[in-house]
Amino acid sequence: MNKLLSKIARVGIVTEKFKPLTDPELEKLGAEIKAVIDRRFAGSLAIRQVDAGSCNACELEIAALGNPFYDAERFGIHFVASPRHADVLLVTGPVSRHMQAALLATYEATPEPKWVVAVGTCAADGGEFGSNYASCGAVGNVLKVDAVIRGCPPTPTELIRGLLSLFAKP
Amino acid sequence: MNAVPSSNLKAQDRLASCLLSLGTAGFAALKSAGSTLGPALLCVIPSENWAGAAELAAAGDCRWAAGWADEQGGAAIVHALLEKAGDYLLLRTQLPPGCNELASQTPYFPGAARPERHARDLFGLDFLGHPDSRRWVRHQAWDERSFPLRENFPLSGHPQPLTPPDRHYAFASARGDEVNEIPVGPVHAGIIEPGHFRFLAVGETVLNLEERLGYVHKGIEKLAVGRDPESLARLAGRISGDTTVGHAWAACQAMERASGIEPPPRALWLRAIFAERERVANHLNDIGMICNDTAFAFGYYQFSRLRELWLRDNLRWFGHRLLMDRVVPGGVAADLTAEAAAAMPAAIASLKRELDELKPILDSGPIFQDRVVAAGILPESTARALGCLGYVGRASGIDWDLREQSPYAPYDRLEVHAAVRGEGDVAARLYLRYAEVYASLNLIEACLGRIDDGPIRAGWHPPAESAESLGLVEGWRGEITAYVRFDGKGRIARFYPRDPSVFNWPALEKLILGNIVPDFPLCNKSVNGSYSGQDL
Ligand code: SF4
Repeated sequence: MNKLLSKIARVGIVTEKFKPLTDPELEKLGAEIKAVIDRRFAGSLAIRQVDAGSCNACELEIAALGNPFYDAERFGIHFVASPRHADVLLVTGPVSRHMQAALLATYEATPEPKWVVAVGTCAADGGEFGSNYASCGAVGNVLKVDAVIRGCPPTPTELIRGLLSLFAKP
Repeated sequence: MNAVPSSNLKAQDRLASCLLSLGTAGFAALKSAGSTLGPALLCVIPSENWAGAAELAAAGDCRWAAGWADEQGGAAIVHALLEKAGDYLLLRTQLPPGCNELASQTPYFPGAARPERHARDLFGLDFLGHPDSRRWVRHQAWDERSFPLRENFPLSGHPQPLTPPDRHYAFASARGDEVNEIPVGPVHAGIIEPGHFRFLAVGETVLNLEERLGYVHKGIEKLAVGRDPESLARLAGRISGDTTVGHAWAACQAMERASGIEPPPRALWLRAIFAERERVANHLNDIGMICNDTAFAFGYYQFSRLRELWLRDNLRWFGHRLLMDRVVPGGVAADLTAEAAAAMPAAIASLKRELDELKPILDSGPIFQDRVVAAGILPESTARALGCLGYVGRASGIDWDLREQSPYAPYDRLEVHAAVRGEGDVAARLYLRYAEVYASLNLIEACLGRIDDGPIRAGWHPPAESAESLGLVEGWRGEITAYVRFDGKGRIARFYPRDPSVFNWPALEKLILGNIVPDFPLCNKSVNGSYSGQDL
């Protein structure tokens, strides 16, 4: 236990201690998105992530939003386990045909008002896979998309910037 | 009784001598005398001998390392890659035109079950004697009489506007008042890939688990057809994004062998640096996630912090956090700058220091230890029967690491000592990966010490018509194989990548038995199969 506590004390809060390593843009974006989320979502934006056919690298970067450098929860962004608790669906991948029905069912299960954000080049335009016998291509071919965050995969900072651009709109 | 044609007898003899040579000095002699495919000795056998060959190979303790089908001029061709003591034998058979039946090898190699079902769904081959007649990768996106990898099937297929969900898959069931059936997925609660798990449980105890995968099948093998080498490497780097270096390397290695192109030495050192960096990043990630699954938040935050620092270094030094598109045909697309070479040793030393500090904290966490020790035990015999790879196999006592036992450049000039353990539980897989992080850090240091100056990419020239080869690379999950065949225009006619998850996923169905349902996420994470890598 002592070792554990002393490790915590020595590492400290990385966003401060490792200041030179954190992305200054992230801090600025964070403050902005927090203001927007406070104003429009009473401080809490619930996201349900749906991998609809990704190569899994987009998931790695979305999951990185939870590491202590980004700690997206401090801005009020949190990932929920059920679409019924979600404001936003964050959809990755070209939509594989085998996931099309599941994606639509997830969308149906999300209460209004709701937004769909397509994450990654594949979700934006089909990417390296496009549409074919097994893939519907872009998320926009299956659902109405409210915002697109490009990148293969987008970095965590780009993800936060993308969410901000969606909600900063009047 | 019909007399056996003498050509079949000859083929039988050759097969027997090939099998006997594996792991002996005679293998090199046979290889230099006979036909080869990359590092493998090629043995073409009549289709009647297909099951007999598997029986002989199983009796001779071979491992079934991959299996895939192909089509040339309307005739189906089937491959099975066998390995023993670091030597590879590729069995090939061609079916008579119009014939789609072949004996199954699954009765002798249980790990062949899903690859054969995959070939059945995509090529329309019937594997006679296969114990499972259900579809696998096919759900409802194409009908049971169309076969997407056949030449006459267009890439675009004939999809319906809305592909219906796959409702009528016959899962194993059990009757009894006490038995609960628990369906999970395809959409999971966390930020992970989709797939379906069907549990039969009595109280909390798992009686049976069936995986239903194929949800992220997006036609990778069909998409590969007609691509040029550059574009195939990009596609290979997206088979399983967490293994972008491993798959791109395997695909490039296969294409380079087919074309007779040697990447320059500096490129090979850089590929190894990238591959080891990928291994470290994924191991750190999963160690943190396993901590998270036991509600050990401290561990999750520490290891995810270390991983983030590591990825930022990737971006700073090589231009991409996950190193996508850094391995290209003929070499690599990112060089090691003097600045990176100077800074990397300090970053490695600091990571080692932190790992030294964190290990005793994991060791002495009583709740953490209680969760990981003796959870999800995979016995060695099961791991061998399924052909488990990487840390899943090594944690169950299988001493197999391509970098050590059958090294490819530049590992042939490095010393790799794979860690092996025998317990086969979540703790063994976790600590084995902990040891592998140190080993990879040492390997990166060795690469930095020995890297040659010079170019990082060789020029490309198209291979001969129908040139083919195999790529074999030890990715962070284990051995990756990639088969490539070119057409007459320097483009890809057939590409089959086999991710190690193909053999590790079935192990999860076994190691979870008798564990409690709430330990499933933990057991699953300790294996961490790739959905996209298996679904293609
Ligand atoms: S955008 Fe790139 S990282 Fe994301 S799913 Fe597609 S290929 Fe993978």
